Parts: sequence; C-alpha cells; structure tokens
Amino acid sequence: MDLALIFVPLAGAAAAFGWPVNRTRPWLMPVVGAVHAGLALAVLLHPPAAVAGAWLGCDALARAVLPMVSWLFLACACYGVPYLQLRAERDNRVFVGVFLAILGLISLALMAQHLGLLWVAAEAATLATVPLLHYSGTARAFEATWKYLLVGGTGIALSLLGSFCLGYASLHGGGSGDLTFAGLAAQGAGLTRPWVLAAWVLLLTGYGTKMGLAPMHTWKPDAYGEAPGIVGALLAGGMTTMGFVALLRVRQVVDAAGAGAATTHTLLALGLFSMVVAALFLLRTTDYKRMLAYSSIEHMGILSVGAALGGAGVWAALFHVWTNGLTKGALFLSAGNIRRAAGARTQADVAGMMLLTPVSARMFVAGLFAVTALPPFGPFFSELRIVRAGLEAGRGWTVAVFLGALLIAFFGLTRLVFAIVDGRPHAAARATGERYRETASIIAPPLILLAASLWLGLATPAVLREAWTASVNLLLPAP
Amino acid sequence: MSGTLNLLVALAMGLNLLALASSRLPSVINAAACQGMVLGVLPLLLGAESHWLVWLVAAGTVGVKGFVIPGLLRRALRAASIDREVQPLLGYVPSLLVGAGAMIGAVVLGGILPLRPEDAGSLLVPASFATIVSGFLLLIGRTKAIVQVCGYLILENGIYLFGLLLIRATPLIVEAGILLDLTVAVFVIGIIVDRIQREFDTLDTRKLNVLRE
Repeated sequence: MDLALIFVPLAGAAAAFGWPVNRTRPWLMPVVGAVHAGLALAVLLHPPAAVAGAWLGCDALARAVLPMVSWLFLACACYGVPYLQLRAERDNRVFVGVFLAILGLISLALMAQHLGLLWVAAEAATLATVPLLHYSGTARAFEATWKYLLVGGTGIALSLLGSFCLGYASLHGGGSGDLTFAGLAAQGAGLTRPWVLAAWVLLLTGYGTKMGLAPMHTWKPDAYGEAPGIVGALLAGGMTTMGFVALLRVRQVVDAAGAGAATTHTLLALGLFSMVVAALFLLRTTDYKRMLAYSSIEHMGILSVGAALGGAGVWAALFHVWTNGLTKGALFLSAGNIRRAAGARTQADVAGMMLLTPVSARMFVAGLFAVTALPPFGPFFSELRIVRAGLEAGRGWTVAVFLGALLIAFFGLTRLVFAIVDGRPHAAARATGERYRETASIIAPPLILLAASLWLGLATPAVLREAWTASVNLLLPAP
Repeated sequence: MSGTLNLLVALAMGLNLLALASSRLPSVINAAACQGMVLGVLPLLLGAESHWLVWLVAAGTVGVKGFVIPGLLRRALRAASIDREVQPLLGYVPSLLVGAGAMIGAVVLGGILPLRPEDAGSLLVPASFATIVSGFLLLIGRTKAIVQVCGYLILENGIYLFGLLLIRATPLIVEAGILLDLTVAVFVIGIIVDRIQREFDTLDTRKLNVLRE
C-alpha cells in the first residue's frame, strides 16, 4: 500500500503526458489526488508493519505528515481544474504532469528511510517544480525561476555533500556502508564525530534551503510571488514539509552520535533568526503574494524552534506542520482569486477587494487571523503548545523572542491585508473584476482548507495525536 | 595506481585555477569540461574490479560532463551572440589568490580531519574542498549566467570527488551524483530556452533585479 502512494501519482503524471486533449487533462489532478488522499487515510488508520532495514517504508513520521500533504494536494488539484480552464489558450501538458509527479516525489521523500534515496527524491522534486514556476511566462517569472535554480541547486548540492560526509562518518567508524537512518542511528557513538558535525552543518544548510529557513530563504519570496496560487500552496505546504522531515530524520542520527547539543542549538538559532527576519520583512513588503512567502519563512522558523524543544516541542511542531500547511493553502488559493480579479498585487494598485471578490476577501482575512495564531484556528493551538514546551524547557528568552516576532508579524500582515481589502476598488480593477467573477469551484477549495484548519484546532482527531506521539517516540527514544 | 590517481586529481585542481583566471567564456567552459572528463576516468582507477556498473558510471560522467553539458553551453553562447568577456565582480587576480589560498587550506584541513588509512595518502579530500570553493567563487564572483553554470558544474565536480571516497562501499550513491548533473542540464535548458535573453535582452544576471523588497 505504501508503494501505491508513490506510484499512483507517478502513473498519473505519465498519463498526463500522454493525454491528448488539453481541455480534459486537468481532471487527472483531482482524480489522482482523490485516490492518493484515500490511500493516505488508509495508511493513517491502519499503519503498515515496518520492515527492518528497508529503504522505503511508511513509518510513524511519514504517517504523521503525509496525509496533510495529500489532502492539501487534493484541494489544490480541485482548484487547479477551473484555474487551468481560465488559461485554456495555454498547453497544460507539462503543468499537469509535473504537478502530479511532485506529489509522488514528495511522498517518496517522506517515506525514504535511506540517506541517498531521500536526497534523490528531494532533488527530483526540486527540479520538477521548475516548469510550474515559470508557467505564467512573464519576465518576472523567469527571473524568479533562475534564482530558485541557483539557490535551490546550491542547497541540493550541499545536502549531497552532507550526505557523503555522514556516509564517510559511518565508514570511518567501521560501518558496513548501511546508509538507512535506522542503521546509522544504531551505529550511534561509533560514527566519527568531526564528520558527523560537518554533515549536520551541510545537511542543515541544504535541507534548510528547501524549507526556506533564513538566511537561505532568498528564493522564496520570488518563487511564491510569481508562481500560480496552487503552486505556492503546494510548495508552502508540501515541499517545506519534505525539508522539515528530512532534517528531523538526519537529526535523529546526529543525536544518536552524541551531538544532540549542537543540533538543538543550531535549530533554535536558525529558527529564531528566521522568525525575526521574516517579521521585519513583513513590516515592509507591499506585495501580498510575497507577504505569504515571508509568512511561510516565519512559520518554518516556528517549526525549527519547536523541533529544538524536546519531545513536547517536536509533537507541537508536527501539529504545526498540519495547521500551517492547511491554513497556507487557504491563503494562497484565496490570494490567487484576489490577484486575478484585481489584476495587480501591490498595495499601491489594489484596494477595495471586499467589494470585488467578497468571499475570497473574507477568506483571506479569516486566513490572516488563522496564520497569525488568533483563536480558535489551528495555528493558535499548535503555537501555544510550542510556547508551553519552551517554558517547560526553561527557555524564557527563546519564548520572549518567539512571541515578539509573532507580534511584529501580526502588525505587518494586518497592515497589508486590510489595505487591499478595505477602501474603494481602482477603476482598472473593476474591469478585470467583471471578467473574473467568483465561482463556487474557486471558492470551495480554500473554504474547505480553512474549515479543516479550524477543525484541527478545536477537535484534533485522536488518530493524529497518536501518530505524532509515535513519531516523537521514534525520533527521540527515551534514554 | 595511487600515483596516477593523485596526478589526475592534481590536474583537476589545476583546472580550478584555470577557470578562475580565464577572462573568456569559452575557456571557462573548456576548463569545466576537461575537469569533468578527468573526474569521469577516476572511478576506473579506484574500483580494482572491473564491474560493469563502474564502467557505466564512468562513461556516463565523461559523456555528460565532458561533451553534453559543455556542448549545450557553447550552443547557448552562439545563440545568444553575447560578447565573450567574463565580466567579473571579483577580479581575476583576487579570484586566483582566494582559489590558491583555498587549495592550501584544503590540504591543511585534509591533514586535520580523520581519514581511513587507505584514503590518507590520496589527494581526494583536499581536491574536493578546493574545487568546491572554486565553484562557489565562480558562482558568486561572476555576472554572466553561463559562467555561473560553469561554477555550479565545478562545485558539483568537487562533491563528486568526495563521493569517490564512498564508491567501494556504496556505489549507488555515486549514481545519485549523476542526477545532480540533471540539475545542470535544467539550468542550461533554462538558458537555451533563453527567455532571459529575450525578455531582458541580456544574460547579465545583474539585470535580473526586478524582484526585491
């Protein structure tokens, strides 16, 4: 069953490349997405038995995040059908094919139990994103793609070097060349320490670039700003989750080798730095799509801080992966609606969207409240747990910086969101607003994601709680 | 055996300096291509047994790094009909000095880090670090997109050199390095499609400055 999670989307991608009719091809996305979502639910409810020494397997950590990616994908795929129909003049063969392939590759990366396999999957997913980024075909989109390739490619190269260093640490310590995470962790203190530390620095930089932690975040505002809304949602919810899971798996090995203090401190420092940098940029930015990118950087910082705060922190971070991913999905999709109707995306050119796109504008505001951790939305509860984990760990200063950054981000986000929602629409926007009316098919997906975020916070299902607890037990085994 | 190996690795290190010192685009491409071909031969010297997979990796590396990617780069160069100056942000002499300094630093670092006895006599680790630094210098210190791609190629060559340490234990992971080549291929196609050239009327990456805060 876990193999089907990888092969169903890849088969769907192959079908999309062979599909002859441009008009009906986008329907492959929701069909494959629905099958994948069903499989993910089955894996969550009936965990498959773990095979020792396997390179691939749906273990507790994969189960704890994969359904979120899958369900977010389904919502994006449903939105993708009307989106691509609006762009009917353009060939969508590559877009649909690559979009489906990315789901398969992210699933592969989340389930990879082998250092090399993880890298190959992450690399392939990074490359597959490229055609999605410049889909709109503008000069700005090509600039964003170039920067994504340059920064992302360097990050990928560094994570390969880090993987090699970790492999060498194992060989030098007398290992047999078993590069599964379980095998490496079992070698524990037998791994050669200088190589382990080098590996951690390189892998943190490499996979941190994938996540978008500051200061490796520079590709993110450009890419999220230029890519279509569904691509932004998939990157912010799926690709970043892949980077985070990769870091958690590597960290398990580095901790086992006895360098736990180093991983904790670096994750904490990078996380807080990302939060502060993102909060400051949020105060300045005038483009509401780039704003979402900075918000994503901030939330990656939150995940990183959570991961550094022991078992309770990791639990809360996994919770936050869900609440942030679903909320970001709702924000990106409603921002896409607003962007189309307004025909522009900066504070100077957009105003009064409450009148032009009433439903999307309200969803955007609700999403803003959710993402800035106002109750009763999901992110409030997950961030509250991170704060509590920080206080229990006795890290008062960390919590202070954490809360300060959240407050500044709140100011930055509300300033921009209300500027584009309130007021009177510009004359040019009235014409485009007439052309792109809100229909049920572009309102329903973000609305469902927003509802899911609300539901997760108010009534977190027991099966998810169990999956997160099992992941914590896997990652931080009791000494 | 080890003598030939070290000779080739030293040749690869020398090519770093050549790439850093070149002021013309074609010679940077040639340096990267030569380095790729030298590296492609190395697995044959390391793997004492002539396993077919080793031959495949070697042939693939020589083909892709020595011919396919440089060929694409040269085609892009002709298609874009840009002037052939490299236009450095960081001058040639400072680049060379930093590159040479990195080489010395890499040899020192290779002496400090713990190595397996069978790797202690080889230049692989220092060459790997020096090549990575040279790649970064080209990536950061040059403005033309094509030179940046060459820098990325050289950076990747450095990582490949390090990967050779693991080839006998885990040959499969080196194949992963070939996948990294695909990154470069995508880079290059990005240039070939050459929308940057058409949209911005230049391949000077300093002109790619619309997106910023």
